[in-house]
Amino acid sequence: MKFKTFIWFVGPSLFLMVLFIAAPLASVFLGSFRITQPVVQQIEVETCSAGFLAQTCTTELQTVPLIDEETGDIVTTTEWVGFLSYDRVLEPARAWAAITALDYNALMQIDFWSALRFTLMFTLVTLPLVIGVGLAIALAVNSAARSLRGPIIFISLLPFIITPVIGSLSIYWLFVGDGILTRGIEAWLDRDIAMFAQGWTIELLMLFYRVWHVAPFAFVIFYAGLQTVNQDTLESAIIDGASRFDRLRYVVIPHLMPLIIFIALIHLMDAYRVFDEIVGFRAEAHVTSLQYLTFDFLRPDDAGNRAFSRASASSMLTMLGIVVLLIPLLRRTWRDHKGSSH
Amino acid sequence: MFVKRFALAGAVTVAASAAYADGQASCDWENTTEVTMLSAAFEAWMAVSEGMAACGNFSPELDQEFRTKQPEGFAADPSLYQIGGVSNGTITPLLNQGTIRPLDDLIAAHGEHLTPNQLIQIDGDTMAVAMMVNTQHLMFREDILSDLGIDVPTTWEEVLAAAETIQEAGVVDYPLGATMKSGWNLAQEFVNMFGGFGGDFVNDDNTPNVNNEAGLAALDMMMRATEYMDPEYLVSDSTYVQQQFQQGTIAMANLWASRGGAMNDEAESQVVGLVASAAAPLAMEGGAPATTLWWDGIVIAANISDEEADNAFRLAMEGLDSETVAAAPEAAIWLIEGYTPNDMATGAIASATANPAPPNYPSTTQMGLMHTALGNELPAFFTGEVSAEEALAAVEAAYTVAAQEAGLLE
Repeated sequence: MKFKTFIWFVGPSLFLMVLFIAAPLASVFLGSFRITQPVVQQIEVETCSAGFLAQTCTTELQTVPLIDEETGDIVTTTEWVGFLSYDRVLEPARAWAAITALDYNALMQIDFWSALRFTLMFTLVTLPLVIGVGLAIALAVNSAARSLRGPIIFISLLPFIITPVIGSLSIYWLFVGDGILTRGIEAWLDRDIAMFAQGWTIELLMLFYRVWHVAPFAFVIFYAGLQTVNQDTLESAIIDGASRFDRLRYVVIPHLMPLIIFIALIHLMDAYRVFDEIVGFRAEAHVTSLQYLTFDFLRPDDAGNRAFSRASASSMLTMLGIVVLLIPLLRRTWRDHKGSSH
Repeated sequence: MFVKRFALAGAVTVAASAAYADGQASCDWENTTEVTMLSAAFEAWMAVSEGMAACGNFSPELDQEFRTKQPEGFAADPSLYQIGGVSNGTITPLLNQGTIRPLDDLIAAHGEHLTPNQLIQIDGDTMAVAMMVNTQHLMFREDILSDLGIDVPTTWEEVLAAAETIQEAGVVDYPLGATMKSGWNLAQEFVNMFGGFGGDFVNDDNTPNVNNEAGLAALDMMMRATEYMDPEYLVSDSTYVQQQFQQGTIAMANLWASRGGAMNDEAESQVVGLVASAAAPLAMEGGAPATTLWWDGIVIAANISDEEADNAFRLAMEGLDSETVAAAPEAAIWLIEGYTPNDMATGAIASATANPAPPNYPSTTQMGLMHTALGNELPAFFTGEVSAEEALAAVEAAYTVAAQEAGLLE
């Protein structure tokens, strides 16, 4: 292909990738190394506020930002601070002190480390479950009667169609203090149940929810893969006396391996960014995730402050985490890819 | 059966719209310029925006996420909204950015019916017009308290004693409700209690000041109260507590006055006429009620032309007139002329007029940071992971970092 033709084909996508992926990433990366602050002044302000009967006036010292007379904008200064924001997010000194003192509880008091703990646990526990459950459904559907397959596939796919926030909210409303399911279980076991009063039950619900939500996706992919399994190999395995389990282990799974790695890649990326569940289950008091941490930094308070630098640092750290998690899988894919090209 | 129910639903809708038509405010002038408003979405704002809609050409945006949208929307030039609904907590970013305009000229032209009490003045300029006050007050099931012979509690110690009696009697699922959802709500509960113990959040040099006796006393009192609550109190917000009351699962709660109207809403409440209110309980003898005073009102954008501002303000005044109050007397503790407090308002008024009076919620940049730090760090205390001292130290540390990043501290 001529270079000019090549550029005409690739150019537009390349431009969009730079615009929507590289540029924002670079700006967040820069943002994590600098802090923009308003220039503030302390002034005495007399504020008269509404009371029920009469106005109440108070004079107090207030810290307010300086406003540029000409542009009407707040005057700000931007400073390069190096790794200060990372330091503030990671709190390495405090974390190290907790680690050397073998004080798990103290380490978990640092928002980042407790969020990392949950995010990693969540990702690594749901990964095998999603693959296992997805494969199980696919095998079940594959051996079901042809007439039943359509409806079964349709029903199995439903959890995947529901928007995560809506799905987690529905589960929340089922299990909250006076939810239908809680009431039912309470009546059955004759005891008071409060699923959202402690961390581990919330974590269990979140794990359950994520597997319920993502397994259909894995199922569809595996089901497609099962259609391409070489029937001759399977039949000869049967003749050789291979049991059902052996056939699965030595024929089906090796055949599906590239798909398993694909699912694992997608799921790792998704699960490491766990966020909807935290919001949907209102889990902030007990567990948070790295994405939630970034969200929390970015959310302005009533006075309009937001911690942009720390949010940038925390999102860069999240990205770093995903990359680290993906390295083993990517290496394997790369090896396979190189192997197959010969 | 289905048809019958369907017909019934239709009838209710018709009746409701008829009621609206009756209560609908009239407007004696025709609004020809497009006016938009962004405000919170509770009953009082719905009433006000209905009053304004009567003049036509008005599109209100009632959104509980207004706090996040307002600063950016008003900073745009021209501003995305002409009118903003704010409270004393959320006016700060607008004041800091200078995106709302002084209203004195407009009040002189169109605001003859406003009372001086409604004008929010900063250094002599009127920056907002308040329409209502809001505060937490003690709401309680009158029938339960009188059945058990309990006097209406006036201090938190008495609240706990009453809760103990109610718990023993076993007449409700939980004696107490509280808006202790982690984050903003939990922080607000602490703000109330800490203020009730005479605490001061931030020193004059912007350093934090919550890790002290008042802070410990506040946390201790809150923790003792949680024993009488639904164990899931860390996910319980105002709407949740309101529903607990409506479904008869709790007997007492220190709840927002603006939620009072919902108790007697026959469509959703099982306790119509049974819930009464009293002043917010005292945290300590001789102190102020453990609550904060809030006002809600309107502001006008700075980045719009004077004609637009004039028109928008004139429209806003239609929403803040006595017709709105007449149409929705229960929706708020109105500051507008023509309001006569009903039973449900007595508690809020008693809170607001107590001596010493509870403080206005402080509207400052520091308080915004402090509120966030409290909301993020206090849950660990209530889940039992850290002690009260550790939690308060963590609050101070979180506040300090945030204040450094915001340029308030070195």
